[in-house]
Amino acid sequence: MSSCIPHSWGRRPPSQPRQLIACRDTQILPLPDEPLTCLPFGNGRSYGDVGLNNGGALLLTRRLDRFIAFDPTLGVLRAEAGVLLSEILALIVPQGWFLPVTPGTRFVTLGGVIANDVHGKNHHLAGSFGRHVRAFELLRSDGKRLLCTPEQNSDWFQATVSGLGLTGLITWVEIELQRIANPWIVVENQRFGSLDEFLALDAEYESRYPYIVSWIDCAATGRALGRGIYMAGRHAPPGIFKSAPPDRRPLTVPLMLPISLVNQLSVAAFNRLYYHLPRPVRGLTPYPPFFYPLDNLQEWNRLYGRRGFFQYQCVIPPDHAREALLEMLARIAASGQGSMLAVLKRFGNQVSGGLLSFPRPGVTLALDFPNQGQKTLDLLDRLDEVTRQASGAVYPAKDARMSGDSFRRYFPRWAEFSRFVDPRFSSSLWRRVIGEG
Amino acid sequence: MRNILIIGATSAIAEATARHFAATGARFYLVGRNADRLAAIARDLEIRSGQPVHSESLDLDQLDQHPALLERASQALGGIELALIAHGTLPDQAACQQSVATTLAALHTNALSVISLATLLANDFERRGRGILIAISSVAGERGRQSNYVYGAAKGMVSLFLQGLRNRLFSKGVRVITVKPGFVDTPMTAAFEKKGLLWAQPDQIAQGIVAAVDRGRDEIYLPWFWRWIMLIIRQIPESMFKRMKL
Repeated sequence: MSSCIPHSWGRRPPSQPRQLIACRDTQILPLPDEPLTCLPFGNGRSYGDVGLNNGGALLLTRRLDRFIAFDPTLGVLRAEAGVLLSEILALIVPQGWFLPVTPGTRFVTLGGVIANDVHGKNHHLAGSFGRHVRAFELLRSDGKRLLCTPEQNSDWFQATVSGLGLTGLITWVEIELQRIANPWIVVENQRFGSLDEFLALDAEYESRYPYIVSWIDCAATGRALGRGIYMAGRHAPPGIFKSAPPDRRPLTVPLMLPISLVNQLSVAAFNRLYYHLPRPVRGLTPYPPFFYPLDNLQEWNRLYGRRGFFQYQCVIPPDHAREALLEMLARIAASGQGSMLAVLKRFGNQVSGGLLSFPRPGVTLALDFPNQGQKTLDLLDRLDEVTRQASGAVYPAKDARMSGDSFRRYFPRWAEFSRFVDPRFSSSLWRRVIGEG
Repeated sequence: MRNILIIGATSAIAEATARHFAATGARFYLVGRNADRLAAIARDLEIRSGQPVHSESLDLDQLDQHPALLERASQALGGIELALIAHGTLPDQAACQQSVATTLAALHTNALSVISLATLLANDFERRGRGILIAISSVAGERGRQSNYVYGAAKGMVSLFLQGLRNRLFSKGVRVITVKPGFVDTPMTAAFEKKGLLWAQPDQIAQGIVAAVDRGRDEIYLPWFWRWIMLIIRQIPESMFKRMKL
């Protein structure tokens, strides 16, 4: 509801924008009163402060939600930047098309997808979303409109893909879709007992499956350290489908809980149960539960209570991946602050060229931790030590706390990028990572 | 529903409602004031419905244009099956109090132009023995309040007019639906602080309108709780109501 003060998905850090401005169409860029800065705000699904502008203005983009052109023979779609991926899927899937890349929720805007150059389960084949963007229009605060493609205004294209919303307002986007035969996904599940088994499975499955993701039990210690479940999927071929599944009504977590339901006890129990839960080795599933397992539990972030939670997603280059990940898992297990939704995936070698793009060759690990104050921040700092030592990076879209020094190491092209930042645009994250010495 | 006329098609509630109809493959004739915005909405609905969309921009205050407008819409669609009248403005109450002209202009836009269109559409529907007429009124039309009584008077007139129309056309196979939204977060209400549970999103109103069509409702409050709020507000004796700061 836009009647509430916008917050990010992790509810960390708390933020109070001075002004909220609803964009109504792509004709004009409504600017806040001088000297406030502004930042586009889509659907509030990034976790930390990348989409927040404490003390400044937010340009609410959800009403920029019109389709502009769709070619169902070529699979090219142009839409305004506030359109949700869920709305795109509702249009294209019945016509035999699918998103080229999709993150783990479909409730994100096209503009947000570009600003964070998001990745999905098919990164090892398809790279990040930015690689499938044909064009977009960037509207600057001085009124200038830039048509950006990989060829035209390519410097602006590369700065805006992964540009964290700072280079101006993206008004519309044109993307390339992929053909599918039907909305079903063929899935295969495998348990693995260790990180080495995970890496071996990857070598075997990667060429056969475009979608791969693993869940990892990060409450496990000792011999069970690094165990998890490997999940691979691909779009079902023609003729392979079941009858349409009943539309499941999404459940909603009705209210903000005073304390987090996610705690040491529940995390350990959940992880053990989830690992041992019997599951078919092979199966057929509709695409939503495969790609968006949490989308059917609306407002799930409320489970973490008022204090919110932190996400930590890092990528570690291939050469250091094994050692660095083991070290992180050990540090997490030792801290007793487990994560329910620990996700492991290998990134491929294809990059989008975005100046601040997070995905790069290596293995990525995503974790979430209920906010327990300093104790949690200390753990995340200890994880950052490992990431830095291994020359990895942390994902800004999920971050609420990395130091400026870490950011500049993770994103060495930040200085080059900063020349493209619109003088009237800023964000809480940007001031946090660039401001401090 | 196949052939739909939407008047005030650039309003947030109308646009959200049109998308629901588009998902079932409806064909549209759209009328609105802002030509650029109308063109963007028409293109969007073409993609969503897979059908060509007709549109024209017109200042609906020109009542003498209404017969020709409806003729063009009817021609383009091959007969109108459902009409949604959704245009309107939120007049500045303080400005209205200082100027008779401003007050009359607000009544002209929000009441008289609606009544003109409703009359013409009703007669067309009556002749053909079918049709659904939907108009957006407001809970503000249920009781006059010092903060908003010019708008309220216009909406009250619309609600009462539609009641009579419904009564007249019931036996002719024509349905009339009065939509009474409460506070809706739209550009029309941009000047308000939108906090609290009473504020609804345009799509909530749209879903309620579509449900009213499907379920054969006559008058709907959206969201539903406004029926009960207004029931209470209507019961307050005038001797008390006049003292209240509303």
